[in-house]
Amino acid sequence: FLGAGGGNDIQWCFSQVKGAVDDDVAEADIISTVEFNHSGELLATGDKGGRVVIFQQEQENKTQSHSRGEYNVYSTFQSHEPEFDYLKSLEIEEKINKIRWLPQKNAAQFLLSTNDKTIKLWKISERDKRPEGYNLKEEDGRYRDPTTVTTLRVPVFRPMDLMVEASPRRIFANAHTYHINSISINSDYETYLSADDLRINLWHLEITDRSFNIVDIKPANMEELTEVITAAEFHPNSCSTFVYSSSKGTIRLCDMRASALCDRHSKLFEEPEDPSNRSFFSEIISSISDVKFSHSGRYMMTRDYLSVKIWDLNMENRPVETYQVHEYLRSKLCSLYENDCIFDKFECCWNGSDRQVEFLSLCTSGSYNNFFRMFDRNTKRDITLEASRENNKPRTVLKPRKVCASGKRKKDEISVDSLDFNKKILHTAWHPKENIIAVATTNNLYIFQDKMN
Amino acid sequence: MAAPLGTGAFTEETGQEKQDTQEKDKSIPPERAEEAKLKAKYPNLGQKPGGSDFLMKRLQKGQKYFDSGDYNMAKAKMKNKQLPSAGPDKNLVTGDHIPTPQDLPQRKSSLVTSKLAG
Repeated sequence: FLGAGGGNDIQWCFSQVKGAVDDDVAEADIISTVEFNHSGELLATGDKGGRVVIFQQEQENKTQSHSRGEYNVYSTFQSHEPEFDYLKSLEIEEKINKIRWLPQKNAAQFLLSTNDKTIKLWKISERDKRPEGYNLKEEDGRYRDPTTVTTLRVPVFRPMDLMVEASPRRIFANAHTYHINSISINSDYETYLSADDLRINLWHLEITDRSFNIVDIKPANMEELTEVITAAEFHPNSCSTFVYSSSKGTIRLCDMRASALCDRHSKLFEEPEDPSNRSFFSEIISSISDVKFSHSGRYMMTRDYLSVKIWDLNMENRPVETYQVHEYLRSKLCSLYENDCIFDKFECCWNGSDRQVEFLSLCTSGSYNNFFRMFDRNTKRDITLEASRENNKPRTVLKPRKVCASGKRKKDEISVDSLDFNKKILHTAWHPKENIIAVATTNNLYIFQDKMN
Repeated sequence: MAAPLGTGAFTEETGQEKQDTQEKDKSIPPERAEEAKLKAKYPNLGQKPGGSDFLMKRLQKGQKYFDSGDYNMAKAKMKNKQLPSAGPDKNLVTGDHIPTPQDLPQRKSSLVTSKLAG
């Protein structure tokens, strides 16, 4: 397994956990998205209550060579509020579906956050000095009586305690009839796309009153609806290329140079299905819940209910690799359908790219019982780890977990029927440069890092 | 571990000859066995599970129905009587039921700071 030592294996250790300890979880505290910024210095989370919390990594302490900087709260703000669309009689949740960071261009940081209907561009800036010595105002802001002013002075900037302010700079609204599931910033750093169940729109970051529709799969007759868009992402290097995944397990690659409306795909990625294996559940479990390009853009990773698949952009007819996340659930599909878990949308992520050659890549995705899975593409090994407050001491290597599908359960194994399906890890994120991962349980954020020697 | 295309745990068990009662299930893929279980519980389940009904439900998430005209007329008529209240499923506000302010979900915004920042 990964973590068993030797060679390039990563040994994961618990680093930090954020959030309340109590079991009674308020709905607003349910974490709905996790994202590192481009340098990895900042880590943002969004929750069902429409709030964003940003953590900042401490500067590395030269004397503390055994651990990387800890993440501490940097800023928190209310990004979205609940709304009611009276015209359509539609309740609009404030839940943050996705956060995407812009690359840093100046002292401030920018991110896009979206709920079901509205995308917002937030500016997060620091203020560490303030002007003092005004002639007409006291330091507390009260106006001075002008008749008491006898001399003039020039106000100067003096240091103050760091204040981090978040302000909404752009609000991109009213462009989506259906629920937004994805946003993706283009490699041109000027435009971005937003995708809902049936349409994808292209925006310019500076322009809020106009948006171009680039994909529309809404049938003329809604009775003929057979599939919806589940995720979309721009190619990391080619600014005219993007992909979108569907509820039927397909991925379409589109090129905006081909036409203004990209309803005809340039490539269609679909794994042929064995008709003898088809069941009531086949289509539901084939629905892709996340799609992520690799850093080079040569590969993409997709997550469906039971597996993670790696696709080579040069080969449309099947994935190059398939990794089983929790195959033992295949014989539990009936109950998972009844308790709605079969509709859970798991995300997946690649490891960071800096200094690493593509073929050494690792993939991570979550499961139930607060377990998450890692797959090493190079060695084809996989490991199951748990995000839990028990048995987690800093710098102690995490113990691999094992689920026993049937038959005799070995010591330290957990049986499928004992898994807690309310403890889902849907969101994970990998630091862009280092071996640090952020894993979100229902209402807690765990940070794991590799053991430094 | 990388698995062959389109297969599940089932493939490891074919060809084994066992005496126990699970033997007949081994010839049915686990997915089909689960499907049979579901159909036994819900015989009226539609033929196209991934089709329109299921997707339409997904598209209509968040739809609530409130007719202020109905509500005010009902309030006026039943000044002294109790308004019919919601059944157990408060989310389905349609038909004869006249929604009352108590039934509609609270739309208060969250003024509390996230516990992650605590």
